[in-house]
Amino acid sequence: MKRSVAMVIVLVALGLVVTGPRADMGEAPPATEVRIDNFSFGPAELTVRVGTTVKWTNRDDIPHTVVSTDKVFKSKVLDTDETFSFTFSVAGTYPYFCSIHPKMTGQVVVQ
Amino acid sequence: MSTKRRDELLIDHNHDGIDRRGFLTCMAWAGTGALCVMQGGVLKSFALSGMSGSMPAGELSFVQISDSHMGFNKAANPDVVGTLQAAIDKINALPAAPEFMLHTGDITHLSKPEEFDTVDQILKGATAKDVFFVPGEHDVLNDDGQQYLERHGKNVKGGGWYSFDKKGVHFIGLVNVLNLKAGGLGTLGPEQLLWIEADVKHLKHSTPIVVFAHIPLWSVYPEWGWGTEDGAQALATLKKFGSVTVLNGHIHQTMQKVEGNVTFHTAASTAFPQPQPGTADSPGPMKVPAEQLKTLLGITDVNYVRGRHALAVVDSSLA
Repeated sequence: MKRSVAMVIVLVALGLVVTGPRADMGEAPPATEVRIDNFSFGPAELTVRVGTTVKWTNRDDIPHTVVSTDKVFKSKVLDTDETFSFTFSVAGTYPYFCSIHPKMTGQVVVQ
Repeated sequence: MSTKRRDELLIDHNHDGIDRRGFLTCMAWAGTGALCVMQGGVLKSFALSGMSGSMPAGELSFVQISDSHMGFNKAANPDVVGTLQAAIDKINALPAAPEFMLHTGDITHLSKPEEFDTVDQILKGATAKDVFFVPGEHDVLNDDGQQYLERHGKNVKGGGWYSFDKKGVHFIGLVNVLNLKAGGLGTLGPEQLLWIEADVKHLKHSTPIVVFAHIPLWSVYPEWGWGTEDGAQALATLKKFGSVTVLNGHIHQTMQKVEGNVTFHTAASTAFPQPQPGTADSPGPMKVPAEQLKTLLGITDVNYVRGRHALAVVDSSLA
């Protein structure tokens, strides 16, 4: 457990080094926000660079959660207008869902 | 009660799958209240507004309330305290005090201690003193139901399931809101399924069974998550019994369906209505004009008459 935490910290540091210069090159930053609206994640699929922080905002009148299917991240319950953020430090595909309404699914692809 | 009333609905769902037209017909009665009596696999439904006499007498009567969502304060109903109180007033005004109440979950909106406390306080004012709970997904947020179990989990098994007997009727409270899987529906899980089998093993086939759980055990509308993955397995265990009544909440509207010896029923919410399946983009709270709200909220009164084939289920709105 401790080792994996250390690994994540190292990768976060690397991610910052890699993404820093790219931003300077004038590329448009990729979308990093997911809105929860009408019992769905929008966009349901999001592709970001390593080191990106993604923010979910619940716009529904009903609480939702953002829970990684592979237990990588898990939000507390989000009431209306509450947010949850997670920084993706390792490349990969991260499927997630709302643990209260499991029909709601989404995915973050980290490159 | 005459058996040839003009407002009588005869709905025979005695086949496999969902008779969508059938249950939509039943839904049309929601809000005005309906009395449904099952006889020999045929559901007879009467509009309460057309009934002049009193409710059928029986050996046992109890009330189901559901989805009080204490803590909800959005436009669909800014006063869930008031509407839960109205439900209790309605129960207290019944001609005879019901033996007990069932609460089929979503007691709270956000699993907050003060929300549980408020509901407890309001329920204390009911003439029916005993309340049997099962959790909804809103009652087990953040802690996998630990707080719920501390409050309402005395004498339960596993994640909160249990059974009890009242006047010859066997009641089974199930939990299908824990460990939900991505993309899936409500789940009972193998441990609970095994327990149900053991629980009913020694009962006579003539024992009336009442199963209650939050999410419908039958597939009401899987696209919105309105169903239970392994609900059919639980019902298969109960196949040998002559009379099985399944009471659920979760979908904030009344629906009924009959399949063989099993009568399915969902109760209205005391907090806010939700749209009929597929009639909206999502199952979110339905905003209706204030004067209409109470017609879409309600309670369910269940009456058991010994010797009859099934239990009589009566919905009434809070209006």
